[in-house]
Amino acid sequence: MRFSLPLSILCSALAVAACEKKVAGPDHDQSGGVQGDPAPGNDPPPPAPGADDTILIGEVGSLTGSEASFGISTRNGIELAVNEANLAGGVKGKKLAVRVYDDQGKPEEAANAVTRLISQDKVKVILGEVASSNSLAMAPKAQAAQVPMITPSSTNPKVTEVGDYIFRVCFIDPFQGFVMAKFARENLKLNNVAILKDNKSDYSLGLSEVFNAKFAEMGGKIVSTEAYSKGDTDFRAQLTTIKGSKPEAIYVPGYYTDVGLIARQARELGIKAPLLGGDGWESEKLFELGGSALDGSYFSNHYSADDPNPKVQKFIADYEKAYGARPDSLAALGYDAAKVAIDAMQKATDLSGPAIKEVLAKTTGFEGVAGKITLDAQRNPVKPAIVLQIADGKFKYLTTVNP
Amino acid sequence: MADFIQHLINGLAAGTIYALVALGYTMVYGVLKLINFAHGDVMMVGVYIAYATAKQLGRGAQSSLLGVMLIFLVAMGGCALIGFLIERFAYRPLREKPRLTALITAIGISFALSYGFQLDIGFLPGAAPRAFPEIIRPTEWLVIGDRDVVLWNWQVISVLIAVGLMVSLQYLVFKTRFGRAMRAVSYDHRTAALMGIPVDRIIALTFMLGSALAAGAGILYAIKDTAVQPLMGLYVGLKAFVAAVIGGIGHVPGAVVGGLLLGLVEEFVVGYTASTWRDAVAFGFLIIVLLVRPEGLFGRITAEKV
Repeated sequence: MRFSLPLSILCSALAVAACEKKVAGPDHDQSGGVQGDPAPGNDPPPPAPGADDTILIGEVGSLTGSEASFGISTRNGIELAVNEANLAGGVKGKKLAVRVYDDQGKPEEAANAVTRLISQDKVKVILGEVASSNSLAMAPKAQAAQVPMITPSSTNPKVTEVGDYIFRVCFIDPFQGFVMAKFARENLKLNNVAILKDNKSDYSLGLSEVFNAKFAEMGGKIVSTEAYSKGDTDFRAQLTTIKGSKPEAIYVPGYYTDVGLIARQARELGIKAPLLGGDGWESEKLFELGGSALDGSYFSNHYSADDPNPKVQKFIADYEKAYGARPDSLAALGYDAAKVAIDAMQKATDLSGPAIKEVLAKTTGFEGVAGKITLDAQRNPVKPAIVLQIADGKFKYLTTVNP
Repeated sequence: MADFIQHLINGLAAGTIYALVALGYTMVYGVLKLINFAHGDVMMVGVYIAYATAKQLGRGAQSSLLGVMLIFLVAMGGCALIGFLIERFAYRPLREKPRLTALITAIGISFALSYGFQLDIGFLPGAAPRAFPEIIRPTEWLVIGDRDVVLWNWQVISVLIAVGLMVSLQYLVFKTRFGRAMRAVSYDHRTAALMGIPVDRIIALTFMLGSALAAGAGILYAIKDTAVQPLMGLYVGLKAFVAAVIGGIGHVPGAVVGGLLLGLVEEFVVGYTASTWRDAVAFGFLIIVLLVRPEGLFGRITAEKV
């Protein structure tokens, strides 16, 4: 084993080299097809940067990797909004085009992608990412280059704290953690809850921290807190310990890939308590991975397809026509983010970063499909959350919790 | 106490998988002095083959005894073929080159498989995780108290299959002509060739055997943790490599003990200390073993041949 140390160094060096190579490669996946049904009316290949007759919007998302469904939904939502805007004549007489880079769900790739969008493609606005860890890797670069960045669905508060060029169109974690704590305490009347969080994810840590504080404040008790790392597939050790603390529910603010397995293994170990979670749960894949183990669990979310608002129903119909699937929250938020960006570019005096930023900061009462968006001084929207219950492999709207 | 028994069951179930994957590392290292970093990814490919076979069989047949045997056979056979191809086209041309060259090639193959399988073209599955079908219908075999301890049929079956595979391997290595040839090649492949042992064929067969074992381990892993995705091999492969080194790389029972030990250590660290310490303790354990007994728990000290 004399060469095991140089070997591991070599390994990591190679891993880094491989990552960098990925980003330097050609554009990943501009065309659809990742979701099975190819999308009709995909936008034409983006023109060369600097072409006068188009405005380039940059997007970074996880089109591959374990959270691929997040990136793909968001991309579809953005594409839909941009196609609509182009049909309506574009912005300032110019057509819009989106340049998407895949970050495979990794922060370091997201940072590389955003640098490329800014320095090579010279995009006017950046949309992305879904995962807060990735948005946090991107935001300092967008801020430094004075390119406005709107994250559709990163809920960690630190993201917009990076600077005045960083915006979002979704609510933030403290609110989401508060919603679940309130729901668990007041609607479900729970006293003892355990937490199982993903230690590698800013999102999961943020949610569990607030839930922990708020639930205790409201008189409940956190009986145990366990952690796992993204990529784990065996949660039995943590769940066995949690089971020993006899909770009435387990708060699992993770992403759907983990939650499905956690639910299954919890039932396997004889835990009957329901799971509680956040918007990271929402994906059709959740049911494939978790099956009936998730029945009776609850999570907070941004939007519900059951919303009767005609604007929402039109969006759902258009989306289904284009992509052959029901839009999830991430698609809705991607659509909203793109709409807000397009609206700001339309209203801005010119297409420079500072001008667009000024307009974005004044966004008030913007009718999005995932709720009305009014940005506060910290560039975060103030809007209600909904709680969904899982029953028979479906998400059912339960209640709306206001800020 | 109930907790302890449940942790023990969980730890053994996880350790069995590490042990089986570690066997592949150890065998290839034994004959070639090459750490086959693509081993975990070959396991992943095996899981996908099993997944496709199970889907072909359909819901009823996939969980019949014959169906399960067929799934194992197809996946292990498929992986043996892949192992053969990798050895033939990636490693054999480099056999007389410095070892580092083959090692880097192994890492390259590992990335090629794990990222290649994330593409969604042709037969490639794409990045999204999938749920592995329940080829062993879960049934509780032992329930203590108010479900304080639960033992499932597949946990017992997995351990039995793993033990069966390990015993057959031990028999093969120490009791057959092929095993003797394998050990001879491991000892000194040039002299073995002079004695009339077909070195190339023995090495190819060792690779095929290791890859088939990986497929078997992968199926047990997929039965246990149900999610199938292209990056699953990287992590399990790394842990199994640690297990093989702890046990003494090149040593067959050592890999088994190393795997079980690692599974149990991880489980109890999470169960009784902070869950965030798991990987730190697992790799810390490796460092301590390397410091105190660099040859591993069972390995023999051998002078470096120059």
